[in-house]
Amino acid sequence: MMTQRNKTMRLILMTLTLLGVLFASGCSTTPKPNLNLQPPLHKAKDTIKESVEYAVDVYDPIEGFNRRVYTFNYYFDKFLYLPVVNSYEFITPDYVEDRVSNFVDNIYEFNNFTNNLLQLKFRQTAMTLTRFLINSTVGIAGLWDPATSWDLPQQTEDFGQTLGHYGVGNGPYIVLPILGPSNLRDTAGLATDAVAFAAVIDGVQSDWMDDNDISLIFNGVTAIDKRHRQSFRYYQSGSPFEYDMIRMLYTTKREVEIAK
Amino acid sequence: MLNKLNRILSACACLLLFSGGLASAYDYPFADPYVATIINTPAEYAAVLPEEVPLKFASIEMFPDREVPGILWNLTELRYSYLQQKKPAPLIFLVAGTGASFQSAKMQVLQKAFYQAGYHVVSLTSPTHPNFIVAASTSGVPGHLEEDSADLYRVMQTIWQRLQKKIEVTEFFLSGYSLGAAQSAFIAKLDEQEQAFNFRRVLMINPPVSLYNSVQILDEMLENNIPGGLDNFNEFYQKAIKAVTDVYVNGDAVEFNDQFLYQAYKYRKPESDENLAALIGIDFRISSENMVFVSDVMSQAGYVVPKGLKLERHDRVTDYAKVLGRLSFIDYFNGLFLPHFKAQNPSLTKADLIAQMSLRNIEDYLRNSPKFGVIHNQDDIILQPGEIDYLRDVFGNRAQIFPHGGHCGNMAYPDNVAAMIGFFPSFLKN
Repeated sequence: MMTQRNKTMRLILMTLTLLGVLFASGCSTTPKPNLNLQPPLHKAKDTIKESVEYAVDVYDPIEGFNRRVYTFNYYFDKFLYLPVVNSYEFITPDYVEDRVSNFVDNIYEFNNFTNNLLQLKFRQTAMTLTRFLINSTVGIAGLWDPATSWDLPQQTEDFGQTLGHYGVGNGPYIVLPILGPSNLRDTAGLATDAVAFAAVIDGVQSDWMDDNDISLIFNGVTAIDKRHRQSFRYYQSGSPFEYDMIRMLYTTKREVEIAK
Repeated sequence: MLNKLNRILSACACLLLFSGGLASAYDYPFADPYVATIINTPAEYAAVLPEEVPLKFASIEMFPDREVPGILWNLTELRYSYLQQKKPAPLIFLVAGTGASFQSAKMQVLQKAFYQAGYHVVSLTSPTHPNFIVAASTSGVPGHLEEDSADLYRVMQTIWQRLQKKIEVTEFFLSGYSLGAAQSAFIAKLDEQEQAFNFRRVLMINPPVSLYNSVQILDEMLENNIPGGLDNFNEFYQKAIKAVTDVYVNGDAVEFNDQFLYQAYKYRKPESDENLAALIGIDFRISSENMVFVSDVMSQAGYVVPKGLKLERHDRVTDYAKVLGRLSFIDYFNGLFLPHFKAQNPSLTKADLIAQMSLRNIEDYLRNSPKFGVIHNQDDIILQPGEIDYLRDVFGNRAQIFPHGGHCGNMAYPDNVAAMIGFFPSFLKN
């Protein structure tokens, strides 16, 4: 139990240090206005109207910081995350990859269950529980997903969605190191889900498999599997407005997910 | 006269065949050209192509000494991909459409189809894509067919210098879709003089005739179809999102992926073409925003970014996106493109420049060169009335025109894939 806590502390410290470094690297966002420059043919102040809402506008007070984390994620992907994921994909047959994905999904039904319940979506809660029972038994520890083919599709919900369901707004946009686009509400949700999940796993472990290595391996596998299933690659759109587009799409996507 | 008679006779013959049910009709599923353009060919109707191909990615530096502003730091090398056959084979260069990269969905269809048919395949990004403008455009001002095609030709030669050490090529072919098709024609013409490749055959898939006409049509699709004009764009966007949510909540359990639009379409068929046209217009506007911003920054034109302002890697650029969202391609033509060419040649008029951006400019060559083929659709939405007949007239029996498919919507349909592959000599059977 103690070592677990130590590890968590170390992780938090490391993340904070990293963020500190990123912050120290400067935060100026808006280019300094140079009054000697000739204004362009189409000026922002003539075109952009106060009364008009723009879909691309998302509340982003720490944009300079976010943009740096965005770039950091690109390098993290390039030099560490994707090489690992690529090796995994190279070594592992597609068939096994799918089994791993199913296994991971099945374990995380826990989060879907609690969040469906918290939103009082009883039908979805029951579906999730049934899915877990079927896939853990007939699907052999979740390696297969017979439930979906029996008309019990996955009911994904996370705590960010639960908060949104009860009217909590987005808060400022945040690009999380490694994890990518988020906002204050969803970051809080992510942390809550993780803590709840860890508490349950901890309880299970102390009962019948007192081994920290197992949770370490599981976390590693989950991280690789998640990236394996996510086809997004930083800076591959070629658009100079990629950061803005992703920010808009993330915000919209979450709105849709919360409304579901 | 004889031509006309011929056409009437063949039309009669077609009618006869259809009524007798002898000929297999063209069964591409969407008769509405806007639906076709947006949804393309759903997997269940598409030609069977290999799921995975041994695609290799690479990049080249065309201007090693070029200074690139920080905001475009990730675009300095031109990326491309190639597919290599194990034995000697012909090589085909493919050129992407407006704003598209070498790995767009349509490029993937072409790559797979030609690789499966036994070709080495090199896929190239469009000169209107940010990566190309930064890494390979000589002027930094894209849109001029002849200049952009010359840039593409240089890129092709540079790539070939690299590849020839490891790939055995018997002969060269060229193809492209949309804007890439029009550029293929100009590349082929340049190749007649330079003879670096001596392309044996060149296939143009859904080319525009006049670029100016086509961009005007696309600009208007956005400007005329957002209720209340562009000031209400956000409302339109929110409505679209609501519709998506509606499908997501009530439709089949779906995920956001390529098939989503088709699922949405099946769930609620659009009542009119207006919203569809707006969607196509938005897609085009987004590519234009990207293109114009990068061109402005690279050529220091002072169009939306003040001349001399150096944008750094992490600078905020949202306002430029908002301004460019309001500017059409025609605005770019008048405010950046035309002044750039006028500075080089003061006697140049707007009409001259528009004429240069058209296949009509090289009509004699296209009419008389047997190496060309065209695959097009009768209902392509980027053509003005009469332009499809112009292509029919210029290319005669070298043009294969399908009754519907919109703009490139039917490229993955089996009949179309067969037509593309069938156009090139069947070297594999020898």
